[in-house]
Amino acid sequence: MVGIASFGGYIPRLRLSRKSIVDANGWFNGALRAHAKAERAICSWDEDALTMAVEAARDALADRPRDAFKALYLATTSAPFEDRQNAGIVAQALRLGEAVNTMDVGASQRAGTTGLVAALDAVAARGGPVLFVASDKRRAPAASPAELLYGDGAAALILDRADGVAKFIGSRSASVDFVDHYKGKGREFDYGWEERWIRDEGYLKIVPPVIAALLAESGTRPAEIAHFCLPCTLPRVAQAIAKQAGIHEASLRPNLDGQCGDTGAAHPLVMLVHALQEAKPGERILVTSFGNGSDALLFEATADLPAMQQARRGVVGSLKRRKEETNYPKYLAFNDLVKMERGLRAEVDKQTPLSTLYRNKDMLLSLIGGKCERCGTVQFPKSNICVNPNCRGRHTQVDQPFSEFGGRIMSYTADNLTYSPEPPAHYGMVQFAEGGRMMVDFTDVDVGKVEVGMPMRMVFRIKEVDPQRGFTKYFWKASPAGDAKEV
Amino acid sequence: MAKGIRDKVAILGMGCSKFGERWDCDADDLIVEAYEEAAKDAGIETSQIDAAWFSTAIEEQHVGKSGVPLAMALRLPYIPVTRVENYCASGSEAFRGATYAVASGACDIALALGVEKLKDTGYGGLPQRGRGALNSMFWANVSAPGSFAQLAAAYRAKHGVSRDDLKKAMAHISVKSHDNGSRNPKAHLQNKITEDAVLKAPMVAEPLGLFDCCGVSDGAAAAIVTTPEIARSLGKRDLISVKALQLAVSNGEEAQHNSWDGSYFATARAAAKRAYQEAGIDKPREQLSLVEAHDCFSITELVTMEDLFISPEGGAVKDVLDGFYDAEGKVPCQIDGGLKCFGHPIGASGLRMIYEIYLQMLGRAGARQRDQEPVRGLVHNLGGFPHQNVCSIAIIGKHGA
Repeated sequence: MVGIASFGGYIPRLRLSRKSIVDANGWFNGALRAHAKAERAICSWDEDALTMAVEAARDALADRPRDAFKALYLATTSAPFEDRQNAGIVAQALRLGEAVNTMDVGASQRAGTTGLVAALDAVAARGGPVLFVASDKRRAPAASPAELLYGDGAAALILDRADGVAKFIGSRSASVDFVDHYKGKGREFDYGWEERWIRDEGYLKIVPPVIAALLAESGTRPAEIAHFCLPCTLPRVAQAIAKQAGIHEASLRPNLDGQCGDTGAAHPLVMLVHALQEAKPGERILVTSFGNGSDALLFEATADLPAMQQARRGVVGSLKRRKEETNYPKYLAFNDLVKMERGLRAEVDKQTPLSTLYRNKDMLLSLIGGKCERCGTVQFPKSNICVNPNCRGRHTQVDQPFSEFGGRIMSYTADNLTYSPEPPAHYGMVQFAEGGRMMVDFTDVDVGKVEVGMPMRMVFRIKEVDPQRGFTKYFWKASPAGDAKEV
Repeated sequence: MAKGIRDKVAILGMGCSKFGERWDCDADDLIVEAYEEAAKDAGIETSQIDAAWFSTAIEEQHVGKSGVPLAMALRLPYIPVTRVENYCASGSEAFRGATYAVASGACDIALALGVEKLKDTGYGGLPQRGRGALNSMFWANVSAPGSFAQLAAAYRAKHGVSRDDLKKAMAHISVKSHDNGSRNPKAHLQNKITEDAVLKAPMVAEPLGLFDCCGVSDGAAAAIVTTPEIARSLGKRDLISVKALQLAVSNGEEAQHNSWDGSYFATARAAAKRAYQEAGIDKPREQLSLVEAHDCFSITELVTMEDLFISPEGGAVKDVLDGFYDAEGKVPCQIDGGLKCFGHPIGASGLRMIYEIYLQMLGRAGARQRDQEPVRGLVHNLGGFPHQNVCSIAIIGKHGA
């Protein structure tokens, strides 16, 4: 007996209006105009698949103990590192401890569901809890349809040996080397084939048999499916598949194309979390995927689900936490899709001494500071001698995580001088209710909307990228807490 | 407390190069320019100098490390030369080294010389530079204006000052410094400005606009110090001597402990208290004739007037707007234009401030000479960030005063 114990979601706050993309590129490819509606989620310059994964996982973790996890699986096709385990970075940021088994799953749009099937099997075989996170931020060339259809986002599930909020009924998979698109080694972008062929020979022939097999195997009548998650942006495909399978068209889940776009390998899980936030106890949820084959997973919501629906930001809350962006060139700049004059100040060497990083990984990736056992003073960074002038205890500090602390702005500025991919750079002193303070970068703030006393929460973000060596540096930043949970 | 430095060391001579965008000069040209004036003023030969302290903070932009660049530039005869760096307070650090050497008796005559050649970066403002391997990984993306700008946010929150009132007082500070700089032929910026221009200037780091920020300059300054006895033996009358030299360095309390509210400099208050005690000053508002403060930004000067216990806490806005610190005010601040207009070649700045006090004491400040005869002047030289800094306070005055 295996189920979903908790779920979480994260969609970046910025939503790029598709009209702004088409306004810029329609002169070149008039066919893009068909997509000039609604918006897609885009990462800010300091977000990627890993930072989104951490945020989705934090939502799912809530107040759970962090050290009990048997495994963390990360599914993504947009990992920042080819050889440095990306799941390991997420686990370090989440403070899951070194005993956790971490694994990256990728190389297919099916990575989210294939990985989830494997994770559920692992829980069935060896117990839980297991944290499963899917996150994607796919790059697309300017003026491509993909640029309009893709979106950025992440979803997280905690799996355990109990029914939880949604009981796992079963799964079926098909592995088919159907190349609707591919990304070759060292290539920046996907290369894709004609949509009509993908629809007729791909979706419509590969997905229905997998669904039929799963329903038959689990003794589920198609009409029992209350929520059918099928990530597909091709028109009328989901309806056709539902019809073939005998599933009510009304149970088709919205593909969120107009809200966040197609979040790639994360999208089946993003749609699942979205469904979990609206499902009623007893309802069955079918999650399918398409990518070099297809996976189908079946869940049933339990009586415990409604309570968790109130307690999670999930996808619903993330979608409400929204800021429209109409500046398409800014999106191009954030994603390094245009050659920008970044100024002489951007030229400083950004090499990371890996030995320094390793020695300080708890502080840098996990945001762990110190707490003096003698006087109780919480301080960042952790140090040999207590900062409290009335204590000065030596070697008295134990690890104190800061990531879940709530803080308030004590002082701040909006800096136009220092180099930032998004000027002005906002930063300031944040003082935490639990004790301690930090001069820290702010993120997701709006010019003119920052003030002393504003409540902030800490988020795991990209500190900077070393373009010379292809190294992404992460640290934590302060983000407005007010809109963190728009439930 | 130790007896301190009061009247143990006299200034034998000082020099200062023209500050500004010295496109045609390397650092050694600036060093020689400041040194020649100082040596002539002191009336000594290079061979009479027993030891030297050399201050420069961003050496990777010009001279590189060590004391060698000074020894090479001046062809010093194999004497001890120590290079010092302590953020923007480096110039005061060189002065402290030379003064302490004389006070100890180890040297009869010592040289302090600071230089910075900053205008070879290709852009305005201070150079972007490394902060140390680990610091670079977690420090906020701070610039100098961005870190000092935060004083304004915290000061407003603490004292209930409106954004506009504070900005007006800050503007007054900059207008005043430009007025003063216009009377200083060595100043980097010698133009007068209006309050309106300050308020309408482009924003650098909120709420600091372009005119709230000091100039980044090339320049050098030098001091030659000795004992009062030797100064007299060399024919000096009207001795100007060192009354106090204090330095306070942040230990992390401001950055990490919730006891500091961000609206003032904890270091400046500590250093000022000790300096007044060392100099025998108990009423700074009455006893100081002049102040050279480290006005890297207008807001720094404003809060510093409180940290030096000249304005009451929360009272600097009123004093500034009342003209208390103007050239004709009770205690002129930056009578030479300050960092704002004289300029800020980092390693030279502390020495430049002492130079101005020295000139004023001797009545040699030309068009900007204070009418009322100055007796004691305070030099406040600061480096780093409000939450993590080095603050030096030197008090210079008429010998015996």
